[in-house]
Amino acid sequence: MRTLPATGTSPHEITDDLFVHEPVAAEVAMEVAASAADAPWKAALKRLGKNRGVVPAFVLIMVITVLAFVGPLLTPYTYDGQNVAHSNLPPKISGLGWLGFDGLDSNGVDLYAKRNITEAHWFGTDEFGRDMWTRVWKGTQISLLIALVAALLDLFIGVLYGGISAYYGGKIDNVMQRIIEVLVGIPNLIVIILFILILEPGITSIILAMTITGWVGMARIVRGQILQLKGQEFVLAARSLGVSNSRIMFKHLIPNAMGPIIVTLMFTLPTAIFFEAFLSFIGLGLQAPLASLGVLINDGYKGMRLFPYKLVIPAVMISLIMISFNLLADGLRDALDPKMTK
Amino acid sequence: MNQPILTVDGLHVAFHSQRGEVHAVRGVSFCLQKQETLAIVGESGSGKSVTAKAIMRLLPKQSTSIPAGQITYAGQNVLALPPRELQSLRGAEISMVFQDPMTSLNPTMTIGQQLVEGISKHQRLDKAAAYEKAVNMLQLVGIPNAQERIRAYPHHFSGGMRQRVGIAMALACDPKVLIADEPTTALDVTVQAQILELMKSLQQRTGTGIILITHDLGVVANMAQKVAVMYAGEVVETGPIAEIFYRPKHPYTWGLLRSMPRLDAAGTEPLIPIPGTPPDLARQQQGCPFAPRCAHVMKVCKHFSPPLTEVSSGHTAKCWLLDQRAQQQERLAGVAGG
Amino acid sequence: MNNRVLLEVNHLSKHFQLGPNQTLRAVDDVSFHIWQGETLGLVGESGCGKSTVGRTLLQLYKPTSGEIRFAGERVSDMTERKGHKAYTSQMQMIFQDPYSSLNPRMTVTEIISEGLMIHRPNLAKKERKEQVSALLELVGLSSRQANRYPHEFSGGQRQRIGIARALAVEPSFIVADEPIAALDVSIQAQIVNLLMDLQRQKQLTYLFIAHDLSMVKHISDRIAVMYLGQLVELAASDELYARPLHPYTEALLSAIPLPDPVQEQSRERIVLQGEIPNPLNPPSGCRFHTRCPKAFDICAKEIPSFAEVLPQHYVKCHLYGEKGE
Repeated sequence: MRTLPATGTSPHEITDDLFVHEPVAAEVAMEVAASAADAPWKAALKRLGKNRGVVPAFVLIMVITVLAFVGPLLTPYTYDGQNVAHSNLPPKISGLGWLGFDGLDSNGVDLYAKRNITEAHWFGTDEFGRDMWTRVWKGTQISLLIALVAALLDLFIGVLYGGISAYYGGKIDNVMQRIIEVLVGIPNLIVIILFILILEPGITSIILAMTITGWVGMARIVRGQILQLKGQEFVLAARSLGVSNSRIMFKHLIPNAMGPIIVTLMFTLPTAIFFEAFLSFIGLGLQAPLASLGVLINDGYKGMRLFPYKLVIPAVMISLIMISFNLLADGLRDALDPKMTK
Repeated sequence: MNQPILTVDGLHVAFHSQRGEVHAVRGVSFCLQKQETLAIVGESGSGKSVTAKAIMRLLPKQSTSIPAGQITYAGQNVLALPPRELQSLRGAEISMVFQDPMTSLNPTMTIGQQLVEGISKHQRLDKAAAYEKAVNMLQLVGIPNAQERIRAYPHHFSGGMRQRVGIAMALACDPKVLIADEPTTALDVTVQAQILELMKSLQQRTGTGIILITHDLGVVANMAQKVAVMYAGEVVETGPIAEIFYRPKHPYTWGLLRSMPRLDAAGTEPLIPIPGTPPDLARQQQGCPFAPRCAHVMKVCKHFSPPLTEVSSGHTAKCWLLDQRAQQQERLAGVAGG
Repeated sequence: MNNRVLLEVNHLSKHFQLGPNQTLRAVDDVSFHIWQGETLGLVGESGCGKSTVGRTLLQLYKPTSGEIRFAGERVSDMTERKGHKAYTSQMQMIFQDPYSSLNPRMTVTEIISEGLMIHRPNLAKKERKEQVSALLELVGLSSRQANRYPHEFSGGQRQRIGIARALAVEPSFIVADEPIAALDVSIQAQIVNLLMDLQRQKQLTYLFIAHDLSMVKHISDRIAVMYLGQLVELAASDELYARPLHPYTEALLSAIPLPDPVQEQSRERIVLQGEIPNPLNPPSGCRFHTRCPKAFDICAKEIPSFAEVLPQHYVKCHLYGEKGE
């Protein structure tokens, strides 16, 4: 067998002895074409990393999530422990006085000194003397939990419903789509209010109320994707191999619709957080002493003039969460764009 | 006297993609005479469509660059034209027929509106005269009831009819050069035959020079007087049609001709395919781009790009086999073997 | 070629209900048979129903009427008795578009071994892997590429993967649905040669669907020509090219450009007028009569029968019926 000349020894002059027949091994010729490339998910991850907004957003989400669980443990207080002596204290963090965490109220009086309190409440306290730091993180924790569970329920119902509707098509699809249209036709706020009136207000009922209409968006996205995919020849190929319907669904269709599903899921999260806050704000949300960011904002809003920190801190928190999730979802959409991965 | 109307000289086109620079066209040269059909043949990715788009200046500005080369039409360099002059050149002097006529027709306008718009833009005709000309054009390309059909929208037409409308649009302003980019690839054979007949008869009438881009050697045999065979962004062989079909000099042209089955041949001789696949143009390459797939490859092919050799008048090929030294070797081998 | 009929299709129809009053008769009363070990070419223009025939044979579509017999047994009985799975191991398909026919989220190994997992579930993982390697080598790919994803391959290589996938279940009959239409000329010949080699090695029977008549002639023993959902002519391939009887076949053959300038520019061409009528509303009588240069009055009224005019040469045309003479 002849070996290929190494690239390092390429001749520099055209000499007569170069004009001899020298066939390329067939295998080498074949190999030339198949150049190594990344697995689809790896390539998407690479593109994701290149996106400027994604990395800080992701870090922020991680920090907020960790603090939501660790934060309440950093202080000796509990989120529902009342202490009338400590009511309405402004935020105070030693060393961060220049940021406004100086323990002064809106009149410039140091309430900590006035009331002879030695401990510092980092985010201040509410009118019952409950520590705001603990309550904000507990609230974030509950908000995130509600959003995550609601989004996962949306995902589950939406993927199943949309998938079945699109894959079986025909009459089944027709009926299922009409049901969706009826659901969409009823203003969802009315559905949710009725729902919460029937059930006891609480985390479960909020989640259920949000899911009862929330899955429709996901179902539509999945249906559109599956409709597009099921006409593709690889699905026909699987069917002609005798692959079962469920395997076609979970091995061939859903993995290829994963991009839009993940993106929709990521956009559902901030929407759910916001919607929960909205429900709590209009009084349909959690009941005291439980706190979510919406409840905290509602409470803070009542005393906005005198104790602005009660409103500002949870409001900033919810904004940060919303912005981060939106940035991350945006980046994911760009990275998973089906037009880019062929 | 035989002044070419369009000359392309040493054209290079590069795309900037995520994977780096893709050098899609690498020094393409050819010229087109009046009333002549030049066929550019090549496989997908050979750079034939890119060359056509470069002539029309239709390449996206942000992602492409033309590092070298000249395109001369009627004494002016097309690549250096300011936008306004380019506007009057495109459509009026050089026009294009696309593979999928749906993309070149606006679905929200009737074909009449589109034809009239094109005509009145380039020719000083009032609306009525432009309209009349539009009807004439539709009749010319063989659309029945042109008077009525002119008010129809593109989606009312079938594929073949749409391609006829596309040709009518392209020819409405009597261009000197018509670039047809795979005009019949999307059509069925019986309709393809109709469209090819139409293009030929229109050419006889108007004297338009046609650049026909295709991968189908049958279509080339039917239409062209001159052929340029492209491979990996280069013209590897060019010449009069009879030379290319009956006396091809480049191994790639041999391969193309041999890998097509002959309809008129009896029995089934096995086809002789070209092994392997075309090179990745994002990579820098050394030597002849066809070398890895060539059955006649020599040592020299892997390291040095072959020069353009004139075989006979107007027939040139880029291959080391045409070098005297290679022929000497062959003779020696022949002596030794025989 | 032995004289056993492998596949028999009798009066097969497949209609699609598009709307309340719209029925697309994609395949209308088609009958033919395929001998064991032969290649039957099925040609026709886009929308003539040739792909629908192939897909109906594989039971990807349920036939509206008519029967399909495979190795003497009715396919509907067979799938009822032994399930769809038993049938799919006999019959496989190769698809047109090498880009959409492979699942982009699966590696080559996963794609090829899927059929093995279904039809030979007892195979150990290691054996399955060996099978995949053997199949890859068989279709001319290196087994080192087995863990790559489809997008890393070129069109021709992807088509090879598709062929390996079909061969994995060891079928005796393969429907090749325009397997080369999306490939470049130089690659087409590679794939056609591969298909012919495999046929010889594994005694396969093919239904080769295409619109490129020169390739079909090269690969097929017999050729069937379809027009608007019906078969118009069926004959041995040399016979069909030498003596086309149906005016449509004649026109189709003359429309193919030959890669030979002297012949091409000198030959007489039958250029058909008009285009294929809307299949939702096909012409009465003979469906070709609206474009037929030889049509006479009966053609618009009566549907010609599909008759054996010459030995083993079937045609559906009034010119050769008793009424035409």
